[in-house]
Amino acid sequence: MAQRKSSPPEPPLTSAAGWQGVVVDWSGDREAFKVPWGKAMMWVFLLSDTFIFGGFLTGYMTVRISTTVPWPNPSEVFALTIGGTAVPLILIAIMTFILISSSGTMAMAVNFAYRRERVKCAALMLATAALGACFVGLQAFEWTHLIVEEGVRPWSNPLGAPQFGSTFFMITGFHGLHVSAGVIYLATVALKVLGGRYEKSGNYQIVEIAGLYWHFVDLVWVFIFAFFYLW
Amino acid sequence: MEHASGQQHPIGLYLKVWGLLFVLSTLSYLVDYFHLQGLLRWFLIVAFMLLKAGLIVSVFMHLRWERLALVYAILIPPLCLLVLVGLMQAEANYTFSTRGVFFGHEAAVVNHVKPK
Repeated sequence: MAQRKSSPPEPPLTSAAGWQGVVVDWSGDREAFKVPWGKAMMWVFLLSDTFIFGGFLTGYMTVRISTTVPWPNPSEVFALTIGGTAVPLILIAIMTFILISSSGTMAMAVNFAYRRERVKCAALMLATAALGACFVGLQAFEWTHLIVEEGVRPWSNPLGAPQFGSTFFMITGFHGLHVSAGVIYLATVALKVLGGRYEKSGNYQIVEIAGLYWHFVDLVWVFIFAFFYLW
Repeated sequence: MEHASGQQHPIGLYLKVWGLLFVLSTLSYLVDYFHLQGLLRWFLIVAFMLLKAGLIVSVFMHLRWERLALVYAILIPPLCLLVLVGLMQAEANYTFSTRGVFFGHEAAVVNHVKPK
């Protein structure tokens, strides 16, 4: 942040370690977070999103504990028949691997961005977006299967507890919306990177910031996978 | 300037973490595949979940290289959710027990709530 106005003379930036460093950073009339503002804002947004998904998952826990009707077994509901045998939960496992792979390509895209290899960076970002689109496609397949073939609705569920339908559509729907938004976000930034938009300034922080969002979407899926599909 | 201008770390590290995430995901899938039940299942699910989350947050999101002031600001507030979870668990158990009292027999409950 070289372009920051330096009206109040800032005290020398001592790099105190441990909790003393925290106190030094927070104390006085000074900037608390020594990161680019865009990154700090993305973290604030992600923190608020954490509470949204945290609230959803807590609500899911509440209705699942309090229902008196048996909960459907996700292992069987999300099974796919491959070669005549039903493999439990395989669709969700595939979706998980796709999302993790997209996180891997995103992490490498950030690396290439800071090395200013913009073609490689954009290619990796577009690969990330493509994997994200794949994930959304599989989710659409999963929803169709549940709605059309199993007859699950947000208000009723022939497989067991009706709360299964409401929480499933709410939680995975909200997550899918995040993935879709991320695909658009990443594709936009990738095209800008490819077009040389950041060449002049040499500031490729936007790639890292977009990456934070994408990794967060992956992170949320880790929790949904554990609590909704495996529990 | 390395730190202020951006996070740059060797690609090899990302590939290793990527591989680890694959292994952990496979392991948590196998928990389901082999129908592990009870405490062991829950323990393994939560353990693999926390390991994966930790890897993503610390390496992919670069939190282990950020200053502690930012790290604490991000990681401490979500702990409030644990309080909410505790409260809601107590509440849900209470709802469950009152439903049992209200509906009487388990069979009657199933007939009452089950969609036609």
